[in-house]
Amino acid sequence: MAANTILALLDHVFPGGDVAVEDRTGGGDHFQVTVTSERFNGLSLIEQHKLVNAALAAPLADGTIHELRIRTKGTA
Amino acid sequence: MSTLHDQIKQVIDTEPVTVFIKGTPEAPACGNSMRAMQALWQAGAPIVAVDVLPDPRIRQELTSLSEWPTIPQVFVKGELIGGADITEEMHASGALKEKIDEALGEHTQFVRTVELALD
Repeated sequence: MAANTILALLDHVFPGGDVAVEDRTGGGDHFQVTVTSERFNGLSLIEQHKLVNAALAAPLADGTIHELRIRTKGTA
Repeated sequence: MSTLHDQIKQVIDTEPVTVFIKGTPEAPACGNSMRAMQALWQAGAPIVAVDVLPDPRIRQELTSLSEWPTIPQVFVKGELIGGADITEEMHASGALKEKIDEALGEHTQFVRTVELALD
């Protein structure tokens, strides 16, 4: 899966947010995603990560994404 | 024999700190499982580890229960803390030790593995 596809999925869920996706191994299945969004404001870390996981639920469930590293930040 | 679902729930609910990993504490099969365990250990947590690799149903049941898609998964007193990234981030800020100390009170540190019974 291309990093761009993941970027598009995240952009859709976090409009106006700052989203970066890095393909860690170049193999298209190990990704580091970094998201800064106002949607995270007031949420605990686990709630923030759950939003990211939910945005990528399909590729996570079918194994397209083998490894996902997440870093989130609110804007407040 | 109780179902896999019930066994997983029982471990999560009864053990102080449970971490579901790929491999074993002695031989982790995944860097993220190792990252989570290292952070827990450095935060002074006792660790009960469950290997998800022996059977794909373990991970399926765990994820349906926790609604968390990836491995590792860390639970403190039945509550999902998160995966490797959150565990590391909380360790770096000191929040992990705080959480462990608050949830467990005075405690000793050990590493144990639990094997689930598969039919």
